[in-house]
Amino acid sequence: MKNLDTKPVALSIKKIIKENDATNTYVFEYKLESRPGQFVMMWIPGVDEKPFSISYDNGEEFWLTVCKVGPATEELFKLKVGDKVGIRGPFGKNYEFKKGEHLALVAGGYGVGPMFFVANEAMRQGCKVEFIIGARTKNLLLFTHKILGLKDVNLHVSTDDGSMGVKGYNTQILEEILAKNKIKHVFACGPERMEKRVGEISEKYKVDCQMAVEKYMKCGFGVCGQCAVDDTGECVCKKGTVMNWSYLKKLSEFGMYHRDAQGKKHYF
Amino acid sequence: MANLEVNFCGVKFKNPTVLASGVLGVTAASLRNVVKNGAGGVTTKSIWLEEHKGHKNPVMFGTEHYFMNAVGLSDAGFEKAEKETFPDYMKNKPAPIIANIVAYKLADFGILAEKIDKLNPDIIEVNISCPNVEDEFGKPFACSVVDASKVTKAVRAMTKKPVIIKLSPNVLNIGEIAKGCANEGANGFTAINTVGPGMAIDIDLRMPILTNRVGGVSGPAIKPIAVKCVYDVYKATHLPIIGTGGILTGLDAIEIMMAGARLVGMGTMVYYREVSGFGKVVEEMADWCDKNGVKNLEEIIGCVK
Repeated sequence: MKNLDTKPVALSIKKIIKENDATNTYVFEYKLESRPGQFVMMWIPGVDEKPFSISYDNGEEFWLTVCKVGPATEELFKLKVGDKVGIRGPFGKNYEFKKGEHLALVAGGYGVGPMFFVANEAMRQGCKVEFIIGARTKNLLLFTHKILGLKDVNLHVSTDDGSMGVKGYNTQILEEILAKNKIKHVFACGPERMEKRVGEISEKYKVDCQMAVEKYMKCGFGVCGQCAVDDTGECVCKKGTVMNWSYLKKLSEFGMYHRDAQGKKHYF
Repeated sequence: MANLEVNFCGVKFKNPTVLASGVLGVTAASLRNVVKNGAGGVTTKSIWLEEHKGHKNPVMFGTEHYFMNAVGLSDAGFEKAEKETFPDYMKNKPAPIIANIVAYKLADFGILAEKIDKLNPDIIEVNISCPNVEDEFGKPFACSVVDASKVTKAVRAMTKKPVIIKLSPNVLNIGEIAKGCANEGANGFTAINTVGPGMAIDIDLRMPILTNRVGGVSGPAIKPIAVKCVYDVYKATHLPIIGTGGILTGLDAIEIMMAGARLVGMGTMVYYREVSGFGKVVEEMADWCDKNGVKNLEEIIGCVK
């Protein structure tokens, strides 16, 4: 660890962007120096502290895009501009790519956040990007306008019910893109079962595939052991959260189950 | 190269480093990974009879000099140990496993010891010294000779396996407490649990960083306390000790062994050196032994008078 101090840093919320009914983006003015795919632990004082992936970082400010999914995020949504939270991090590994490469990004649901950060960075590095987003229905799609504003980024949309874009799954769009283009890397973030499919498709087309995996976390720095995966026993917060499909496909728990704060298994 | 093999309560460890309870070790795979990275043995997280919720986050953070935690002994209970952790670990067991048990009632220690015995751990470590559940359960048993002895007796009655008691540094008479446990049949000790509890406040938010407000202190800052406690316990009992507390390097390990430790427990070391630190510590110990003509660690255990 470069920096041995992992005390939280108190930061004021600079801006809150409402993405949809259940999703907000929180903007903080701070030199976080994060890379796309990394995460922070956000402490909602007096409530709880949870891991969140970073959806944007330009060196001056960073964003956390948060979906209201439980009691902690419920409380977070009550905070206003100027209120303070504690931030620890950045932690974890980032997506890896080089200048000028052709990338395919696959985002499921709120997985669009970290993919947006990748797209921005890729744009700066002169990459060409196919950005594939999917959701159950139109209202749950995130960041469409923001993505359309990016140069050299092609947006592809799928919805389960066909209310916008292709009716079906984002993985179907990925397959078409991989069949027609010479893609260097596939990056994904979303539900594990979507990611498993993304991994299989990428393997079929022999394309490098890196995906961020979400597990229950407490410390974020590889000590508590809460996010250790079967059967390697390595911590997702250290080994990942961005990991290669070649590693993920060997995990017996990937796409099968996750563990809670007590270490008990829950099947998907 | 020096022989780093150690016999502890009749159990052979290929090297003296063991994973301390509470760090990693949520699953059998995690324990295996620690062994793969060089540890001579592992200790489970504290096992309760029933599922136990820990504290809410933040539960830990570190600085250059010290580390604090108040995880609060989260665990899925004995059932997970019985159905998952032990069966998984025992398949091609890679190194000795120490089962750490915890309870808040005296009677539960006996019940749990009897059940744990059947899972066939090499050693049973009894946690009577966690400083970050005091709001729930009051002062730890390890803070009184009478209470610590009673727990030892309850566990001893239910198992023939080696029983070691994990002691608290937060007392004035650790030697007396160890003696009391030894009189009730303890085979050895782990010294020490975390120091304190301590408190750290975020001055911008004007509130304690840990949700539990207070937490056990570990890391480099507590090493002198650990070394002194091990020294006291060794002098008082001459029983085998797992020396733990602020050990980050092979030289730290040698130091605490000179105070009387036979094995060296490491937990917070993972924060400073990652899990691969186990292998590095072992190499550093071997180097030191080679340079100093030590052929067998028996030569240094408790050598400081």
